[in-house]
Amino acid sequence: MSEHHDSHHDDHGPEKGIMRWIKTTNHKDLGTLYLWFAFIMFFIGGIMSLIIRLELFSPGLQWVNPEFFNSMTTMHALIMIFGGVMPAFTGLANWMVPMMVGASDLALPRVNNWGFWILPFAFTLLLSTLFMDGGGPASGWTMYPPLVLQTGDAFPFMIFAIHLMGISSITGAINVVVTILNMRAPGMTLLKMPLFVWSWLITAYLLIATMPVLAGAVTMLLTDKYFGTSFFTAAGGGDPVMFQHIFWFFGHPEVYILILPAFGIVSTIIPTFALKTLFGYDSMVYAMASIAFLSFIVWAHHMFTVGMPLAGELFFMFATMLIAVPTGVKVFNWVATMWRGSMTFETPMLFALGFVFLFTLGGFSGLMLAIAPADFQYHDSYFVVAHFHYVLVPGAVFSIIAAIYYWLPKWTGHMYNETLGKVHFWLSAIAINLTFFPQHFAGLAGMPRRIPDYAVQFTDWNVISSVGAFFFFIAQFTMAYNWIVNCVMRKGAAAPARVWEGAHGLEWTVPSPAPYHTFETPPVISDSEITAVHDEPAAEPSRA
Amino acid sequence: MGRLIWGLSGMVLASLAHAAEYNMPVGVTEISREVHGLHMLIFYVCCAIGAAVFGVMIYSIIAHRKSVHPKPADFHESIKVEIAWTVAPFIILIAMAIPAAGTLIKMEDTSDAEITIKITGYQWKWHYEYMDEGVSFFSNLDAKSNVARQLDSGINPADVPNYLLEVDEPLVLPIGKKVRLLLTSNDVIHAWWVPQLATKKDAVPGYINQLWTKIEEPGIYRGQCAELCGRDHGFMPVVVRAVQPEEYERWIAERGGKIGGGSDTAQAAPVEVASAAESAPVASDEPQELTRDQLMAEGEKVYKNYCSACHQADGSGMAAANFPPLTGSQVANGPVDAHIDMVLGGKNAMAAFAYLKDREIAAVVTYERNALGNAAGDLVQPAQIAARR
Amino acid sequence: MSSNTGGYFVPAPTAWPFYLTIGLFLMLGGVSNYLNGHGASVLIWTGLAISLAFIWIWFRGIINESESGKYGQQVDMTYRWGMGWFIFSEVMFFGAFFGALFYARQLSLPWLGGTDVMTNAVLWPQFENAWPTNGPGAVGGEFGIIPPWGVPFLNTMLLLTSGVTLTFAHHGLRENKPRRNVILWMWATVALGATFLYFQVEEYVVAYQHLNLTLESGIYGSTFFMLTGFHGMHVTLGTLMLLVITLRLMKGHFKPDSHFGFEGVAWYWHFVDVVWLGLFVFVYIL
Ligand code: HEA
Ligand code: HEA
Ligand code: CUA
Ligand SMILES: [Cu+2]
Repeated sequence: MSEHHDSHHDDHGPEKGIMRWIKTTNHKDLGTLYLWFAFIMFFIGGIMSLIIRLELFSPGLQWVNPEFFNSMTTMHALIMIFGGVMPAFTGLANWMVPMMVGASDLALPRVNNWGFWILPFAFTLLLSTLFMDGGGPASGWTMYPPLVLQTGDAFPFMIFAIHLMGISSITGAINVVVTILNMRAPGMTLLKMPLFVWSWLITAYLLIATMPVLAGAVTMLLTDKYFGTSFFTAAGGGDPVMFQHIFWFFGHPEVYILILPAFGIVSTIIPTFALKTLFGYDSMVYAMASIAFLSFIVWAHHMFTVGMPLAGELFFMFATMLIAVPTGVKVFNWVATMWRGSMTFETPMLFALGFVFLFTLGGFSGLMLAIAPADFQYHDSYFVVAHFHYVLVPGAVFSIIAAIYYWLPKWTGHMYNETLGKVHFWLSAIAINLTFFPQHFAGLAGMPRRIPDYAVQFTDWNVISSVGAFFFFIAQFTMAYNWIVNCVMRKGAAAPARVWEGAHGLEWTVPSPAPYHTFETPPVISDSEITAVHDEPAAEPSRA
Repeated sequence: MGRLIWGLSGMVLASLAHAAEYNMPVGVTEISREVHGLHMLIFYVCCAIGAAVFGVMIYSIIAHRKSVHPKPADFHESIKVEIAWTVAPFIILIAMAIPAAGTLIKMEDTSDAEITIKITGYQWKWHYEYMDEGVSFFSNLDAKSNVARQLDSGINPADVPNYLLEVDEPLVLPIGKKVRLLLTSNDVIHAWWVPQLATKKDAVPGYINQLWTKIEEPGIYRGQCAELCGRDHGFMPVVVRAVQPEEYERWIAERGGKIGGGSDTAQAAPVEVASAAESAPVASDEPQELTRDQLMAEGEKVYKNYCSACHQADGSGMAAANFPPLTGSQVANGPVDAHIDMVLGGKNAMAAFAYLKDREIAAVVTYERNALGNAAGDLVQPAQIAARR
Repeated sequence: MSSNTGGYFVPAPTAWPFYLTIGLFLMLGGVSNYLNGHGASVLIWTGLAISLAFIWIWFRGIINESESGKYGQQVDMTYRWGMGWFIFSEVMFFGAFFGALFYARQLSLPWLGGTDVMTNAVLWPQFENAWPTNGPGAVGGEFGIIPPWGVPFLNTMLLLTSGVTLTFAHHGLRENKPRRNVILWMWATVALGATFLYFQVEEYVVAYQHLNLTLESGIYGSTFFMLTGFHGMHVTLGTLMLLVITLRLMKGHFKPDSHFGFEGVAWYWHFVDVVWLGLFVFVYIL
């Protein structure tokens, strides 16, 4: 084994030129590719959101026609979720999971390469639809029939793009699960793994379980449109609402796919900068597990208004409210970790703290939405838009940004500029609240979502929101500059192996920048690098 | 506009008038008040918990930063505490769930209503049918808003009264009576929402959903379609005019209906034939050949209901939105079959109207060819439509 | 269970996945154009050809690595986990369609049929719910159904038997019995799979030509053909994989103690088998 290994060692060092990136099976290369891809998609999706905000800046239609507006809403969401956040998290998993468990690479490197390269092609299919007869898909990212069946030429392209994204996510997820279950260095027992690894193990499970369901759902759309099936037509004995059930059976776990890795990231960063071990490691793990479990039995909280039987509405209301408990446990644990710590506030920590505040806020509005009778008022209003942007932007996106500030010096060997980083945080934190807080009010005052034009009494809130949106978008360039110039182009100060004083974990035992191949033979793990400290297995709180 | 509603909604609410801009309306039904109550309750609960959590965080950020607290503690577990903060939220949630369940059960109880109205969503308008009174009509976005909302119409929405929240014919309901609403759709899913009544339910094609409401204050209550239904989702408002029962009865009579059942649709023929897609009896026992006058008369009504929103009452169309004029158009003056196909099949922005009855299409096509400044001269009979389907 | 066997296997860089993706891209783009009525079959076939070529090349590469003993115990374990999770994802995919079937039969059809009084009274007064049905609109017109105890039952037997023969082959391989027997059992399995497919096609022909049972036959036709259709595709794939394994056995591949290629395919085959049992019960019998 090992001698063979050395033998063809040289021939898989980085190649030169574009072929290096096309052919690479290296988890660091692929992590980088994933992150660049996500980065670009975030900006494309961001620009689409700016078109939305531009049109909504004032009542009346000034810039785009309604059909195009709807396709912007739809594309914005698909791109941000499937092209932005998910690939970004996968990129972080690519970079960090093998290093954190002491493996040389992911378990299936070639599949990993495939999983990445599917994405650019999938999104080419999706984006190309903007230039087709009938424009891009305009039925919302939820693709409800019968409306979605009115889509023009874009329809099959969107469906197949989603199939491809599904394949990519599933291969990526299988890769992570197998790496975690099979490639850990000796002594790295499951309950010693860093929480980021745990969060990804659970996320990957959710991905493998739900992506195929989405694939099935959109396949039924395809056959309903082109092959005369009647899954979603009453006349044939089907039901349009059936699609919503299948979609949200995927869709709700999906939203936790978008947040669990964020939990992992925050649980890694806060202890580092509080110079204190994470509080309640076990309960963190159990909490994530319970969230994952619950996420499979709450889907219809997106459908309170479709006319479910009362019993269904009651069940889904109660189940949904329960999720607040394990999530609460996590929030409280983070606070307890900070408590009597000795905190410093470098940029990653700032974004992590911003996450805890603003995600919790979004969680609260989520809990309000869970109250079915009240949801009859909230549903499909801007209150919902406010809710999910709080959990997605200062939630998921902030965590991604925090993670990159946190690990980029390790990847590139160069520090970003701290002052600029802090500026970026404060600009973002202010702008994001300007953008999304007023949307709560607009929603409560009765403004429906997915409309290109609105009644005049909603104007004030929309003006603030639009201003905030542009402000936020522009603020991101400080980050782009900081990362690209200081780290990627290596203008910043050189970074030590252990970039942060309080950082523990195997990734900090290798030099910065991390060598192309880490841990070619399994490392020996010293206790000081084990981020999970627990004397005896704690009771399981999240069972409550 | 908020003001107007509130003014009508009595002293208590008037004091909150301003809240209309930033909070859920208390509304004008028992249910809407309960819902508002739940909303505020859960809101305060979240505020309290938020205050506690954020309070501790902020304190710790200030007091436990390195410069003042250089020596970190090393505790990292405490089963007691962890159980406590698992159980506490759980209890709070149960306390929340009980009243919520109560209201939900009430909302779903549509039994013994005095009036039943069938609401059908169309792209992009609502159709109301008073099941027993035999009255039914379409409710479109009002013309002023419709003109103003076109891309660069150059009209300032602020100058349009109730911009996007006004219709040509509102739904009229009597106060103090339990009204049951049967929701369905003719094409895609829509949702019928009036915040003041705390009523929102999807209108799903092929299925019927039920809602009920019992309005306490006379007034005009405005809402919008709340489920993405395509291009003009943002432009199909809901307007409810709540009136005293007597006035309601007068109104029904004017519309040729009868209070309390015996829906004799034929009696309401003129309105019916023109507007109700589902007034089945009418078409059947009529002679299949219609006179020019019949066709023109019905055609005008159909035109008003389905076509004038875009092509305008006088057929001049709307250049700003490139809605073509019908006056002098090739379609309306060219070969009649092409004209029929256009109405049946639609094209780009033009919706397909195949769901109309042969008779209605025959009428409207005849009308378009012989009015609005056109004089193609030919009559179209229902049979021809049937043939083109 | 942190397993470890010293060195890790790290494959050399390769462009196979990239080219495979290009193939898929062309193929799906072509199919989309086709569905939109713009012809474009060239794209479809080139795409398909490229995809198949690189799937072939990729697997051949893996087989060579495996045969040249580059895989240690850990890689073996990796493939086991990988295959296991892959099959799990397949289960969930079928889950979506079974879900549709159950939803229609347990909820939407009864509603249309009258448990939801208003829906039935106002919109579909003439409709009573009885399975099989093509819905209140009688979409696709009168149709007959395939009786379970004829061909479908036969097919059930075929698949179950194939499971047994496959297991015999596996034991033979593990206990290092003469290769001839192992290979014979494998051919038997392949044959059974192929026969199953033959009857399945037969059944479709009957359905379309004599029973007027088609994809268009309302919810019954939809669920029937989508479930049996996707299952059929999986059987086809499985049979091909069995064939490959058989040929590899004939080339002398696999050792009694290491033959995951064989086992992976066996797992897949059993999965397809189980799905069929589900189909037989829920689609044909009930
Ligand atoms: C990252 C993504 C993410 C996350 C994490 C969440 C988290 C939650 N979401 Fe959200 N949600 C979305 C993304 C997300 N959501 C999206 C994208 C949509 C819209 C989809 C669409 O229609 O397009 C949506 C829509 C949505 C709806 C449907 C609204 C509607 O359309 O009518 C509902 C309804 O119940 C809901 C509920 C919840 C709840 C209860 C949580 C909970 O997990 C929140 C739990 C967290 C807390 C409660 C805060 C911390 C807890 C404590 C401090 C403990 C103590 C607190 C209490 C006891 C109150 N969400
Ligand atoms: C993760 C998901 C995500 C993200 C990030 C965003 C980001 C934003 N969204 Fe949106 N949005 C959705 C998911 C998301 N959104 C969804 C699901 C819907 C519902 C669609 C539907 O109704 O069908 C929606 C709908 C939606 C609407 C309602 C449209 C309508 O109902 O008609 C609006 C309106 O203001 C809006 C605005 C914005 C704005 C201003 C941002 C801004 O935050 C954008 C600015 C953000 C960036 C520019 C990214 C910056 C971050 C980076 C660059 C990170 C760098 C990372 C790496 C290097 C890897 N979004
Ligand atoms: Cu009708 Cu939205
Ligand atoms: Cu959800």
